[in-house]
Amino acid sequence: MGHLAYDAAHLFGGAVLALSFVLLYQRRLTAVINAYALQALVLAIAAAWQGWAQGAPHLFLTAAITLGVKAIAIPLGMHSFVRRLGMNRAVESALGVFPSMALGVGLVALSIMVVLPVTAQSHMLTREDLALALSVVLMGMLMMISRRTALTQVIGFMSMENGLILAAVSVEGMPLVVELSVAVLVLLAFAVFGVFFFRIRDQFDSLHLDHLDRVDGGPR
Amino acid sequence: MIAGLVALVPLLAAVVLGFVRDRAIGAWIVIAASTAAFGLACALPWQMGAGTLLLVDPLSVHMAILTSFVGMTTAWFSRRYIEIEMITGRLDGLRARQYHVLFQAFLGFMLLALLSNNLGLTWGAMEAATIAAVLVVGLPRTDLAISAAWKMFVLCGVGIALALFGTIVLYLAAQPSLGPGLPAMSWSALAVAAPGFKAPLLNLAFVFLLIGYGTKAALAPLHAWMPDAHAEGPTPVSAVLSGSILNVALAVLLRVRGLMASNPDAISPGIPLMALGLLSLLLAAFALWRRYDVKRFFAFSSVEQSGLAAFAFGIGGPAAMFAGMLHVTLHTLIKAAIFQCVGRASQLKGGQKFADIGGLIASHRALGLTLAAGIVAVAGMPPFGLFSSEFLIMLATIRSWPWLALPVGLGLVVGGWAMFNRLISLCLGAATPNRGPAPALIDLVPAWLHLALAVVLGMAMPAGLVAWFSLVAEGLR
Repeated sequence: MGHLAYDAAHLFGGAVLALSFVLLYQRRLTAVINAYALQALVLAIAAAWQGWAQGAPHLFLTAAITLGVKAIAIPLGMHSFVRRLGMNRAVESALGVFPSMALGVGLVALSIMVVLPVTAQSHMLTREDLALALSVVLMGMLMMISRRTALTQVIGFMSMENGLILAAVSVEGMPLVVELSVAVLVLLAFAVFGVFFFRIRDQFDSLHLDHLDRVDGGPR
Repeated sequence: MIAGLVALVPLLAAVVLGFVRDRAIGAWIVIAASTAAFGLACALPWQMGAGTLLLVDPLSVHMAILTSFVGMTTAWFSRRYIEIEMITGRLDGLRARQYHVLFQAFLGFMLLALLSNNLGLTWGAMEAATIAAVLVVGLPRTDLAISAAWKMFVLCGVGIALALFGTIVLYLAAQPSLGPGLPAMSWSALAVAAPGFKAPLLNLAFVFLLIGYGTKAALAPLHAWMPDAHAEGPTPVSAVLSGSILNVALAVLLRVRGLMASNPDAISPGIPLMALGLLSLLLAAFALWRRYDVKRFFAFSSVEQSGLAAFAFGIGGPAAMFAGMLHVTLHTLIKAAIFQCVGRASQLKGGQKFADIGGLIASHRALGLTLAAGIVAVAGMPPFGLFSSEFLIMLATIRSWPWLALPVGLGLVVGGWAMFNRLISLCLGAATPNRGPAPALIDLVPAWLHLALAVVLGMAMPAGLVAWFSLVAEGLR
């Protein structure tokens, strides 16, 4: 793999991670959705670039799926959903901006420390991309933990899946990437559907997950 | 060939059921399909071999037969159960149809996950089974059911995502030995080549797979979805959920454990499994004391038993593996019988709280006695088989980790005691008023069948079965 191919792949992987940080501190719901769409777009470019660099045309399919569904269809659907239900307000976070950013940096350091030593003999690009991907996965989990509403949790979940796709495309010669990305997509579609469903029932005043605490098994 | 059919029959039935409007015909299709799947699974021991997509080895055959057996008896049980749910208005016609479709899909994908010879296919089937299970748990459409389904989806979704990361890393570990392409993702090829894998990558994969599939196996502290899902979903699903999805996840963990154990440089997979297992056992045993909902109570008991099985698999060695497999098998059979009885009892009494159900023997002798037998069985008392498997697990513990026998024994005693405590309030004493239809004797036949099998496996296991369990345990090393 040439110098340019390597650098560019690195750039796109790094950009996906940088957008994970952007996701962490956004306050408005629409901004969170936009940041997610941008992350998916960069991921699609990264997948297409890997497809070209590895000479693996099936990765273009993964890139196309990511672009069409994750970067365009799901964000558009979410925007219309948020507009229709008048949810365009600030979403609170269980952690402040600074603690969540600090935790995010800590998670990136953690994944670099975990991944780089164990992949010492692997392909250079693979190991660094894997570290980036693991960071994205962990930051997605952090977002799921720190955000309180179902919609932002779902976006955290989807961002986590972006990290998984980044890992899958950067492992050279990995079979079934397209199939796996479709399977992941089904999961995402289901998550989004779940939120819609939740809201449409309108039993819960907001998508606040504190309502779930009612399921506690105590005497009612 | 037959292995493919085992998974395909329920999946096809799910598709067909989507178009069948007549409820009676639909119910019979469900019964026919799950009985056919069980029949086909019974032919698998003569079909051993590894293909590109499917793997038929003792572990997968054993689990497939067990899963399809419980699927079959639960389908028999469901027919009348769903009828009564519709009469009482808890499910309408559309929901009943969705229930049958989802149940078959759930069953089919679990069988596919068990029989798959590909890491990716196993993962995908597991994911699909999870989605089907989430949908079926949310089916009653009450607030609590939807909340439970959402909680299950979020927790299991994260688990599944981590499992996918583990799968990718495992492929990365296998790639240098097996080359790029499908072989590096096949369980059978991995098992052969595992001793040559790079240990650090294998360790990393193990951590993610353990957390990911451990969530599905309801190992503490990742078990939180399970009690809610059990309490709020339709009862027949609890019967299947309790045994089968736990078993599928445990089977995957067993395969990963085998890879780790055969690699000389990798960390020993036993200690993490034992730690999670012991934690689940103790946590659930104490949690049993503060439950007010019958189904939630038995869900915690499933966490306890799943933890004990994981503990046994963590000890390793042929004796502990034998005990663990026996334990998983018996627990699946007994717990399905219990949930079938609980389903009938909550229909009879019109509620599923301990306060609603009492004096069952006085109000319906056969049902009360069957439930009592099930509770005695799950508490690990003779003549039922869990006594033998728990005894064997204790023996294996004392042989290799003598000190751990204390906490394991404590967990078993505390859990068993809670069972007897509840046995008294559920089955004995003054009867609470009946608010629903009483089950006919024939409705209890599946539960009797399960309990009879548990007695046979515990007291008089035929030599053929002993040889079979040894073969399965042998394969696990």
